[in-house]
Amino acid sequence: MNVVASYLILAAILFCIGLYGALTKRHAIIVLLSVELMLNAVNLNLVAFSRWGIVPNLTGQIFSLFNMTIAAAEVGVGIAILIAYYRSRGSSNVRDMNSLKR
Amino acid sequence: MEAVYAQYAWLVPLFPLVAFLVLLAIGRTANRSGPVIGVIATLASFVMALLVLFEQTAEGGMAYVWNDLEWIRAGDFVLAMGFEVNPLNALMLAIVSFVSLLVNLYSIGYMKDDPRISVFFSYIALFTFSMLALVISENIVQLYIFWELVGVCSFLLIGFWYTKPEAKAAAKKAFIVTRIGDVGLFIGILLLVWNMPGHAIDFTNISNAFASGDISGGLATLIAILIFIGAVGKSGQFPLHTWLPDAMEGPTPISALIHAATMVAAGVYLVARTYPVFEASETAMQAVAIVGAFTAIFAALIALTQTDIKRVLAYSTVSQLGYMMLALGIGAYAAGIFHLFTHAFFKALLFLAAGSVIHVLHEQNIFKMGGLMGKMKITAWTFVIGALALSGIIPFAGFWSKDAILAEAYASHPVLFWLALFTAFLTAFYMARLFFLVFTGKPRGESTDAGHVHESPLVMTLPMIILAICSIGAGFFNIPGSDRLAAWLTGETPEHHASVLVMVLSNVFALAGILLGWMMYGKQSIPQDWLSSRVTWLYRLSYRKFYIDEIYDYLIVRPLRVFGYFLHLFDEFIVDGIVRLIANITLAIGRAGTRLQNGQLQTYGLVSMLGFVILAVAFVGWRFVINAG
Repeated sequence: MNVVASYLILAAILFCIGLYGALTKRHAIIVLLSVELMLNAVNLNLVAFSRWGIVPNLTGQIFSLFNMTIAAAEVGVGIAILIAYYRSRGSSNVRDMNSLKR
Repeated sequence: MEAVYAQYAWLVPLFPLVAFLVLLAIGRTANRSGPVIGVIATLASFVMALLVLFEQTAEGGMAYVWNDLEWIRAGDFVLAMGFEVNPLNALMLAIVSFVSLLVNLYSIGYMKDDPRISVFFSYIALFTFSMLALVISENIVQLYIFWELVGVCSFLLIGFWYTKPEAKAAAKKAFIVTRIGDVGLFIGILLLVWNMPGHAIDFTNISNAFASGDISGGLATLIAILIFIGAVGKSGQFPLHTWLPDAMEGPTPISALIHAATMVAAGVYLVARTYPVFEASETAMQAVAIVGAFTAIFAALIALTQTDIKRVLAYSTVSQLGYMMLALGIGAYAAGIFHLFTHAFFKALLFLAAGSVIHVLHEQNIFKMGGLMGKMKITAWTFVIGALALSGIIPFAGFWSKDAILAEAYASHPVLFWLALFTAFLTAFYMARLFFLVFTGKPRGESTDAGHVHESPLVMTLPMIILAICSIGAGFFNIPGSDRLAAWLTGETPEHHASVLVMVLSNVFALAGILLGWMMYGKQSIPQDWLSSRVTWLYRLSYRKFYIDEIYDYLIVRPLRVFGYFLHLFDEFIVDGIVRLIANITLAIGRAGTRLQNGQLQTYGLVSMLGFVILAVAFVGWRFVINAG
């Protein structure tokens, strides 16, 4: 098994853990945490391909910096929305956030 | 010679049918003119029937058959519809239309204050149509159709006052009991269809096949018995007689029309029409004769103790129909038909007279009547004529016909002869009892006060007078010694047994019955409970109709009810259960689907994730499938 595979497997594992958390956790902040985990797994993938991919390139690492920035911005916005929601509804339980069905 | 009027015999049932449709359409808006339409239609029918009859009486009669309307064609089985006119038919056409005309006229007075009078006349018109069409039916399936239709009309008319629970029950009972007989008839028809050469079931072919011996032996007996079962149901023979007395819940005019003169005669007519089938089987003839004789005496015994004026007459009808079956069973075809002919007149007369009494008094219990002779002379005298005719006193019509039957029985079946003679004694007795209790003596009930009692209007008494004249004169058609009727009906001259001894005996027995009735109920020199107080169990047997209704209730009705209850449970839990199961499964699937649309983001994310995985596996795996295959 080559070197790239190890990085990719690790990224996949992290991604799956993040996906599991995003789909099953009850508390909204934990869901956001899981989303962060998924994004970081993607970063790992990008960096691995930038060093050991078919056409090694610095683009991967630059893109991963962009990704981190966006993740941070997204977390900021996400937490802000969650705080506003919590202030109006009084619950941070994602099971209670079901107005989409109407 | 070409038959002119016989070709138009189909008009005879047509007039009442048109009257039925018209009355159905105009309904209650024409309560005044509806009855008139009914009378005019039956009058037209009667005139046409008379023309057909007179044509048939000329020159040995010309039978006419028209069967060009092909109804069913199944393989080599062709069923045609049409009509046939022969002496027997023509006679029945005349009887039915005549009595129907008189009953229509009578009903104008009897049902005057009824709000549904037009409906009544429409039902009578439908019945007249069905009975007339039954009589001229060309094949046995067509007869069966109209047989059922008269049963339906009887049901409608018995239950005419449907707000009375007894009337509803009586209508259902009549229909169901006659239906039991009809099953036998239907199986007989099926056997005929299977076994007749060429599957031809028109009466001409049936007569030929059985007379020539094509079908004989056990099969002929079976078919004859099955046809007779149908007749037993419709004509109220034992053991299917229980519906006729209960049918008295209907208005009296229809008791006169249907349950005295015409519909109950349909059974006798059926046996007469398929007579070659019976002649081919000695066993069947014996069965018919024995059932007829037994019914005659059985019903007469019950009539001795009944207290409702109509019920006495109903049991009398059952008894006289037994006489007709007895006649047919011992081979006295013409005597049986002759008795049908005379019975129609005097029984209808008796019922109309009873109706006249009921109309005035609003009472049916004879022990609450009495002393009506003074104020209701026409009713009383026509009743006397009818009662004398029924008892078989010379020279009234009933004597000639009953004597013809008794003479034949004396010559061939002595046991049945003495049974029939004793029944004649009982008949005379209960009719005398009826007459003396209703019309003579002191008034017994509240409604018989002098101020209340009056004679019925002309529209009711005129039919009674006409029928009284017929009850006197109709007998002279077939005086013993002249076999005009037999030769005319059957086209051959049978040997007949006229016997002065029988004539004397029958009159003696009848007069003895009247004398006993007069002594017990008229002069009251013998106390009324002379016999009943000494042998109370005999009295109770007779009064409770030999407990036949109770026996049927315990043996048949209750087990059927239990069976029906279990079927109901089966239907509710198993059949309905399956339906409910299917419905619940669908609901459960729906509920499961609802869980997918709960508005939670995580659920939607999970579903899209799963979809994506499936897509990915499909795309990636596609290459492996291609490479491997």
